[in-house]
Amino acid sequence: MIKITSAIAGVATAILATSAFAGAHGDTTLGQVQAKGFVQCGVSQGLPGFSNADDAGNWAGIDVDLCRAVAAAVFGDASKVKFTPLSAKQRFTALSSGEIDILSRNTTWTMTRDTQLGLNFAGVNYYDGQGMMVPAGLGAKSALELDGANICTNTGTTTELNITDYFRANNMSFNLVAYEKADEVVAAYDAGRCDVYTTDRSGLAAQRTKLTSPDAHVVLPEIISKEPLGPVVRQGDDNWFNIVRWSLNAMINAEELGITAANAASMANDNNPSVKRLLGTEGNFGEELGLSNDWAMNIVTQVGNYGESYERHVGLNTPIKLARGVNNLWSQGGILYAAPIR
Amino acid sequence: MLGSIVFGLWWIVENTVTNLATQNKSVGFGFLSQSAGFQISTTLGTWLFDYEAGSSTYLDVYYIGIVNTFVVAFFGIFAATALGFTLGIMRLSQNFVLRAFSTAYIEITRNVPLLLQLFFWYFAVLRSLPNRRGKIEIFEGAAGINITGLYLPAPIPAEGFSATMIALAIAIAITMGINRFARIRQHETGKPFPVFWVGTGVLVLIPLAVFLVTGSPLSWEFPEFRETGPILRRGYQDGMGMLIIPEMMSVWLALTLYTAAFIAEIVRAGILAVNKGQTEAALSLGLKQGKVLQLVIIPQAMRIIIPPLTSQYLNLTKNSSLAVAIAYPELVSVFAGTALNQVGKEIEMIFMMMSVYLTFSIVTALFMNWFNSKVKLVER
Ligand SMILES: N[C@@H](CCC(=O)N[C@@H](CS)C(=O)NCC(=O)O)C(=O)O
Repeated sequence: MIKITSAIAGVATAILATSAFAGAHGDTTLGQVQAKGFVQCGVSQGLPGFSNADDAGNWAGIDVDLCRAVAAAVFGDASKVKFTPLSAKQRFTALSSGEIDILSRNTTWTMTRDTQLGLNFAGVNYYDGQGMMVPAGLGAKSALELDGANICTNTGTTTELNITDYFRANNMSFNLVAYEKADEVVAAYDAGRCDVYTTDRSGLAAQRTKLTSPDAHVVLPEIISKEPLGPVVRQGDDNWFNIVRWSLNAMINAEELGITAANAASMANDNNPSVKRLLGTEGNFGEELGLSNDWAMNIVTQVGNYGESYERHVGLNTPIKLARGVNNLWSQGGILYAAPIR
Repeated sequence: MLGSIVFGLWWIVENTVTNLATQNKSVGFGFLSQSAGFQISTTLGTWLFDYEAGSSTYLDVYYIGIVNTFVVAFFGIFAATALGFTLGIMRLSQNFVLRAFSTAYIEITRNVPLLLQLFFWYFAVLRSLPNRRGKIEIFEGAAGINITGLYLPAPIPAEGFSATMIALAIAIAITMGINRFARIRQHETGKPFPVFWVGTGVLVLIPLAVFLVTGSPLSWEFPEFRETGPILRRGYQDGMGMLIIPEMMSVWLALTLYTAAFIAEIVRAGILAVNKGQTEAALSLGLKQGKVLQLVIIPQAMRIIIPPLTSQYLNLTKNSSLAVAIAYPELVSVFAGTALNQVGKEIEMIFMMMSVYLTFSIVTALFMNWFNSKVKLVER
């Protein structure tokens, strides 16, 4: 008995202490990151294309690339990142307690998260929307036929809220079965526990590859929500927020300016002042972030521009096969639009 | 000493509040009255609190979590105790097959992590059941099972049913009285009294009589199964009868089977600790094997068994939080998980969650202490 009480007391103190210590010594996040020598990045527990570890434990995906970009900007070395796999349910606590420096885990930017949860979204690296997948044998052509369905999804997500809203708005009944980890959702759906699997459409595309027979399932046409996914930081450190935001902007601007990993070094002396500012041969934009002026040069040469990262991890030549669609540059018919570096 | 503790606490609280403020997060319990916008799967909790996404509050979610945790813990403790005692006694049996089975069971179960067992049972349950459009009937028209759960008739009490409940309470009181009387009589005269049969009779007959006299004020709502109509509408119908979801069955099963192995070892150790002479003496008095166990060995073993048994009960309760992995909406999953993610009040919510476990622990410990003092061997 005594043991349990003191164990609980211990946990309580530990929790209080973590939140009490996070940033207690007025240190900036950048200062702490530089002191420990790497960026601690919160990612998913395995979502192919976004953040996924191979058998050797190497992480890859567009969310992972964002963290690598920040490491390249801060240290000039994209490999100075450590990854913390987090379930949807754990992610915000991990961020606000200071366990991670950035959360880059297919996380939707919503007003509650931006205000009540004390977070800051540094931008959007994938514009998504929630979709539904059903076994083809069910014969459903539209989500509006799903009255009475059993639906599987993840806990602690926007997904849970959207699906509830959608069914209520359409006066349909349903049963929600919410698992902590995506792998269990897939396994339970595969075993027939649910008629429907719902999550972000990109997630459906990625998770589908894990089903026993991916082709025996169809994604319904309805997109029931807006899911702008992006990197997140804690509130209260504007400089760190700027570093993350501009690392993402640098990748998008680089694509727009035609700068790639291969040509960045030779383009540094281009005539275009926008290119020069980005690559650090003109102005002192890096120093204004508290970094060196070749910050973005390092991002592009070591990680690539946004388009390169996209095609490498989720594009049509990958198993995920997601067309650029709205995630194309604004100049190419998409809605990707980064503020200029000037 | 006290001063530094107080200062330490003050420092932690002060720092926490300051740091939350830097992150622009507020402190307080106001969120509890906000409405929760997510669906929770049908369980005892959602039924008791009439949960409806969008109008129920986070406080309701908290209560639902508590109820659901309590239900698996309660039934888990119950079943694990029964199974654990059986296995523990089997382990000491003269019969080789029983002994070998029990030993193998205990060794395997104790050495596989509980989470793995949870997944094993969950997916074993899921995969062995017919799909949603099918069913295995247990009682024609009244009870059946498929992958969405076990469907049973639900009792619907009508007006006047409370009389039966009152009668039941009275019957329980009477049985306790009889029990006491029998003990005193046996102590004084040595004559045994058939407490079990008389007690059962009282417990069944009195409430039954009242129930019949008041005009049987209880009806049953049967599960409804449809085989025609739109494909998604086929199968068992929502809200008809009582539903036990497969997540709940698996959590209960896994917790029971796992904890039973530990209880079995405790029981075995307890029995072995009783002096061999006790058995021999009892046998030589002419008591039968079963009676020796019941009247001589177990009562003496209990004082050794109860303290570690209590910690197994507490373990089981805490282990029920693993259920989040398989979507059973207990406290950690639904309140410290889903709800926490929506409102972000880590400190308040974790505190509320811990208070529940702490209360469970204290109540269990107090009960077991009381029980221990009841059964404790009174040394004369
Ligand atoms: N974008 C949504 C959902 C994010 C989410 O957790 N999606 C699941 C399903 S695609 C996932 O990433 N799971 C991977 C994991 O559990 O690690 C949110 O921010 O709430």
